[in-house]
Amino acid sequence: MNELLLLLPVAVPILAACGYGLLSWRPATAWIGACAAAGLLAAAITIAVAVAHAGPRTALGGLLRTDALSAFMLIVIGAIGLAATAATPAYFAAEITAGRATPRTAARHSLLVALFLAAMAAAVLAANLGVLWVAIEATTICTAFLVGQRRTRAAVEAAWKYVVICSTGIALALLGTLLLNFAAHHAGIRPGLDWASLAAGAGRLNPGVTQIAVLLLMLGFGTKAGLAPLHAWLPDAHSQAPAPVSALMSGVLLSVAFYAILRVKVISDAALGTGFARTLLAGLALASLLVAATVLLAQRDYKRMLAYSSIEHMGLLALGAAAGGQLALAAVLLHMLGHGLAKATLFLGSGHLLQATGTSRIEAVRGLAVRAPVLAGCFGAGVLALIGLPPFSVFASEFGIARAGFATGLGWATTAALVLVLIIAAALIGHTSHMLLGDPTPALGPGAATAPTRLPGGVALTLILGLGVCAAVGISAGPLSTLLRLAANTMTGTP
Amino acid sequence: MNDGVYVQLLDLACGALLLTGVLVLWRRELAVIIRVFAAQGVALAALVAVLAAHENSPELWIVAVGLLILRAGVLPLLLARALAAAGPARRETRPLVNVASSLLAAAVLALLAYAVSRPLVALSPSPATQAIPVGITVVLIGFFVLVTRRRALSQLVGFLLMDNGITTVGFLTTSSVGLIVELGVSLDVLLAVLVLRILTARIQESFGDADLDELRELHD
Repeated sequence: MNELLLLLPVAVPILAACGYGLLSWRPATAWIGACAAAGLLAAAITIAVAVAHAGPRTALGGLLRTDALSAFMLIVIGAIGLAATAATPAYFAAEITAGRATPRTAARHSLLVALFLAAMAAAVLAANLGVLWVAIEATTICTAFLVGQRRTRAAVEAAWKYVVICSTGIALALLGTLLLNFAAHHAGIRPGLDWASLAAGAGRLNPGVTQIAVLLLMLGFGTKAGLAPLHAWLPDAHSQAPAPVSALMSGVLLSVAFYAILRVKVISDAALGTGFARTLLAGLALASLLVAATVLLAQRDYKRMLAYSSIEHMGLLALGAAAGGQLALAAVLLHMLGHGLAKATLFLGSGHLLQATGTSRIEAVRGLAVRAPVLAGCFGAGVLALIGLPPFSVFASEFGIARAGFATGLGWATTAALVLVLIIAAALIGHTSHMLLGDPTPALGPGAATAPTRLPGGVALTLILGLGVCAAVGISAGPLSTLLRLAANTMTGTP
Repeated sequence: MNDGVYVQLLDLACGALLLTGVLVLWRRELAVIIRVFAAQGVALAALVAVLAAHENSPELWIVAVGLLILRAGVLPLLLARALAAAGPARRETRPLVNVASSLLAAAVLALLAYAVSRPLVALSPSPATQAIPVGITVVLIGFFVLVTRRRALSQLVGFLLMDNGITTVGFLTTSSVGLIVELGVSLDVLLAVLVLRILTARIQESFGDADLDELRELHD
């Protein structure tokens, strides 16, 4: 029974994928994806409860393992997966009406999204670094065709960049994995790539080899997490992918890749002391924030604006991880959830906006608050959540990360990061107010005046629920706080 | 197999790996480059076979055969078919760096590889680990090809060179990371190449006879 429970988060989406392989796209089958995501979320919550009460457990002969950290990541995947898949039927209804997609495209899209969810669940459930690597590379393969789905020149270009840069980055991580295996082999750690045995025996690892391995692993998984300097694929892929896929990639995929960095950091801290990973992560964090701030100031495309904001938030996660310690790591995990919910909402909203106006240029959208109050409200609230205004949970987590940063001797880095965050917030507010406020007669943009901008009821409900959960978690984490504390414990090594 | 023969065969296989890596930088015709890549696949499989004979491991023999089929058979075949589908104008690579400078760069990369892998060799000096710098050099040459070539196909070759180098390092360091992981890695590489192959076809479809340099739709 216990073993079966651990298999569910991977098996349910795969079943849904099989369903889309066999059945065609109909109003009824359109909801299979959302049902699978709901199943994934339910399994994640059950696993979290079980782990909180009875500790970590393994399945499939030690290939899968779950502790509080992976249970929390499963909840993040389930929650954002549910939001994205619930908005998919309405998205494709509009695309098919507009002649930009066929029912076949929709079925293939849903099949790939289901496999994508399964691969992410497998990544966080993996008990060893090798399986984690395979699962993360599998996410690249599943999403490659989703990014290039529209087959325009821009979409094909984005897909090519995405696959080449991410596969190269992840190849570096593979080299790091092999070197870590080498070091573990000589330290007498068997099986050499298992998280638990690596963390337990990390003190015996050869420092020289481990240093190279950790550097390669962090750069490699950092590529997939969208951390500078290897972030070039992210704005293109996130702006060209269909809205539900952008929501998933930005909201969860980046966090899943960052989860790998968190796991590597545990080993690095035990083998090399905290200094090495701290310097490396703080450097990556500041580089990412700097890139995001400089590009966001003059951004002209609202989907790219959201993509660069994801780079900013990944930078903040890296800063929190660099600080380390209980408080910082709990804040990092909370930040993943809060950012994921807010960003998924925004990408889903922007997808609808793109369908309604036919353009993703900021200057072509004016007076949205008058023409589509619900959409404008969600978009505005989402941006406020992103820049970290209370009551949204991003406020609490950013505050936690900053406090931990100052407390652990990263004062200068945290100060610089806060200045950059303020600049980014100003840029986001400036661009968004341009879109929401002003005279609704559109001067630019074809079809902007005639297209219906009313949000379908189901989508509106999804967006409001997503933001509502983000705010509720910000006010009180409730039962999540136990899980967050346990997960932070697994990362700091305290029982 | 006695130790002298083992070391000689091992060095021969590693020499072939390095030589094929450098040859990719030297030649410009894609058809030749693909053949060189296939030869590198044979060298890699031979390396694993030598290790298998030395350690008397049936599992490694199976892996060697699998590598031979994948790296010297399936992947070059996929590349050759992609090349055949492309027009005659696309038969040559157009490197951003000329051949002489590329070869110089290869020498510098080899030195870098030796410097970087010193702690790896020091951890357990043996004939196998002393060859690790060769693997790292191939990885670096692959990366160099990836960033200095403009044709989609040559970038693909660069990616695969990197992968050959990583596999070499993997086998030279420790014999095994577990069969499931190895299978998964091979499958992922194969799928990534298939995905890229389909994307090159789509690039040709929508951009015509264009270089990746002309992919300039997306920018800030």
